[in-house]
Amino acid sequence: MNIIVVGLSHKTAAVEIREKVAFSPTQMEKPLNALVALPDITEAVIVSTCNRVEIYATTRDVAGGMARLKRFLADYHNFPLETLEKHLYGYHGEEATRHVFRVASSLDSMVVGEPQILGQIKTSYGYAAEYKSSGIILNRFLHKAFSVAKRVRTETKIASSAVSVAFAAVELAKKIFGELSDKTVLLIGAGEMCELAAKHFINVGVRGVMVTNRTYERAEKLAEEFDAKPVHFEALMEHLPKADIILSSTGAPHFIIHEKDMEEVLRRRKLKPMFFIDIAVPRDIDPKVNDVENCYLYTVDDLNGVVATNLEQRKIEAAKAEAIVEQEIGQFFKWLSSLDVTPTIVALRSHFDEIRKAELAKTLSNWKDLPPGAEKKMDALTNAIMNKLLHHPTSLLKRTDQGSRNDLYVDALRHLFDLETGEQQEGMMELED
Amino acid sequence: MNALLFNSTLVIYAVVAAVYLIYLLKPKESLGKTGLWLTLAGFLVHCGFTLNRFLEAGHTPITNLHESLSFFSLSVVGIFLLLERRYKISILGSFMMPLALLIMIISASFSTVIPPLNPALKSKWLAVHTIMAFLGYAAFAISFGVSIMYLIQSHFLKTRRLGSMFQKLPSLDILDDISYRCLTFGFPLLTFAIISGAIWAETAWGTYWSWDPKETWSLITWFIYAALLHGRLTTGWRGRKAAMLSIFGFVIMLFTFLGVNLLLPGLHSYK
Repeated sequence: MNIIVVGLSHKTAAVEIREKVAFSPTQMEKPLNALVALPDITEAVIVSTCNRVEIYATTRDVAGGMARLKRFLADYHNFPLETLEKHLYGYHGEEATRHVFRVASSLDSMVVGEPQILGQIKTSYGYAAEYKSSGIILNRFLHKAFSVAKRVRTETKIASSAVSVAFAAVELAKKIFGELSDKTVLLIGAGEMCELAAKHFINVGVRGVMVTNRTYERAEKLAEEFDAKPVHFEALMEHLPKADIILSSTGAPHFIIHEKDMEEVLRRRKLKPMFFIDIAVPRDIDPKVNDVENCYLYTVDDLNGVVATNLEQRKIEAAKAEAIVEQEIGQFFKWLSSLDVTPTIVALRSHFDEIRKAELAKTLSNWKDLPPGAEKKMDALTNAIMNKLLHHPTSLLKRTDQGSRNDLYVDALRHLFDLETGEQQEGMMELED
Repeated sequence: MNALLFNSTLVIYAVVAAVYLIYLLKPKESLGKTGLWLTLAGFLVHCGFTLNRFLEAGHTPITNLHESLSFFSLSVVGIFLLLERRYKISILGSFMMPLALLIMIISASFSTVIPPLNPALKSKWLAVHTIMAFLGYAAFAISFGVSIMYLIQSHFLKTRRLGSMFQKLPSLDILDDISYRCLTFGFPLLTFAIISGAIWAETAWGTYWSWDPKETWSLITWFIYAALLHGRLTTGWRGRKAAMLSIFGFVIMLFTFLGVNLLLPGLHSYK
C-alpha cells in the first residue's frame, strides 16, 4: 500500500488559484466520499487552509492514483486541469511522508514555526475520521504526523521567538516588566506599525492605553478604536510619568521627548523603568534617553534587528526539526512496510511451521516402539492440518478487492501472532485537542 | 561521619555549580531541572551534616569559622530553594550555587575540630543570635546575586545584546522584586541579631555594647541596608541604583563577617 499526496500551496500557487480549489469545511462529506469511491483510492484525507489545499490518500497504483487525485481536484471545482496542473505537486512513499510531517511541523509554512497549521490538519483529519474516509494507514500516518509536530515543538525552539516588529516589542516589554497586566501604554501619533504594536499590547492584556496626537480629534478617534483615553498633546509631559510603555510615531521633524525631561519624569514615577519604542522616521525620541537610568529605548531599526536575529534562530531550529522529521520517517516506514501482504504470509507460515516442527520432534523423541514409516506419516498429517487452518486466511489476504480492510487484517495478524513489526510497542495514540 | 557528610556536601555542591554554569552558557533547558534536584540532594546532606555536628557538640554548631561558613552556605541554599519553588527561575542557581560552593570551600580551609565552647558563650542566646544573623546574611547574599543578575540583564537591554543568556534571565521587574523581598527578609533578621547580641553581651560580658569591631561593623552594615530600604520606600530607589547599593551592602557585610574576624581582634574573633 502506498501513501500519495497531491496538492498546491503558497509556494506553488497564488491566492487566486488556491481559492478556486479550496474545500469548504462545512461540506467535507461529499468530496471525501467521492474520493474513496474512486477506483484505486482506498483512504483519503483533505486538508484545505488559506495557504494550501492537499489530498492525502492511499493507493495500490501510485501513478494512476496521483492522476486520479489531480483529475478529481480539477473536476470537483470545475477548473481546467491544464491550468491547474502546473501548480500541483505530487509525492509518494517517503517523499509524501516527509512532506506531511514537515507541513504538520510548520516547516513548510509561510512563516516557519507558526502554530495554526497543526490544528488545521487535526480538524481536517477529524472530518475524514467522521466520514470514515480514512482507515488504518492514514489514521496511523496522521497520528504519527501529529506526534512528530509535537516533538518538534517541544524539542526545538522553532516557535518561541517573535518574528514581527510588533511582537518583538511585546516580548521586550515582558523582559523589562514581567507582568504587563498592571502597565499602561501611551501611544503618541498614529501610524500603521504603531497601532499594530498597540493592538498586540492590548491583546496580551495591559491595564490601560492613552492616546495623544497633535490634532486632538484624531487622538479621540483612535482612542475610541482602542477603548483608550485621549490626551492633549500639549499635556504630554504631564502624562508621561503615568506611562510604562511609550509607542511613538509622529510626523514631527525633531525630537519630542528629550533626555533633559527624563529626570523629572522618572522622579515623579519613583524611578520605575520605562520602555520607549520609537517607530518614527525621523525619530521622535532623543537617543540619549537610552542612557538615562531605568529608561530603555528601542527604535524601529533595533526591533528589526531583533526580528532578524530571531529569524536566524528559527532557521537553526528548523534544521534541528528537519532532523527529527527524517528520524520519524524511518520509523513510520518500518511499520508501513510490515503491512505488505506477502512477507506477512511468509512470516505467519513460518511461525506456524516452527511450532508444528517443535511439537512433532517432542512427541517423536518420547515414542519408543514407533512402527516404520510412522514418522513420515505424522509429518504429513501435521502439515496437512496446518495448511487447512491457514488456507482461508491466506487466500483472504491475497485478495486485492477489499480496500483498506486488507491492511487492517495484516496489522491484526501481526499483533495476534506476535510477528515482527516496525513499531509494535507504539499503540495508537488518541487524537489530541 | 562529620567529615564524610561535609565532604559529600562539598562534592555535590561542586557538581551542582558546574551543572548550573553549563546551563548558563549552553542552550540546554533540562540542565536547570537536573541542577535543582542535585541541589535538593546536597541540601539534605548538608542538613544532615549540621544536625550531626549539633549532636556531637551538644550546642548550636555555629561557634567557629568552619561552622559558621557552613551554616551561612546552608542558609543561602535553603533560601535559594524556596525562591526557586516560588519563582521557577533556574538561572538563579547559576549565580547562587557557585557562591554557596565558594563559601563551603572557604569553610573547608578552616579547622574542622569541634572546639571546647567558651563558657561565656554557653547560653540559649547562641542559637538565637547566630541563626538569625546568618539567615539575614544569606538573604543579603541572595539579594547580592540577584542584583548582579539585574545589572547584567539591564546591560543586555541597553546594548541590545539579546542572546540566549538574555532569554534565560527573568525580567527586570522580577529581579528587582526578588532583591527587595530578600532585603525585607534579611533586614529584620539583622536587626534582631544585633538586639539579641546586645542582650546576650549584657549577660555574658556585663555590658550591652562595647564598640567591639564586630559590633561597630554590624552597625555600619545595618545603616547601609536601612538607607537602601528607606530610599526605596520614600523616593523609590530601584533598578540599577538599588542593585548597586545591594552589592555594596553585601561587600560590607562580608567584611563584617570575615574581615573583622580575621583582621581586627576583638571579642567576636572566634577562629
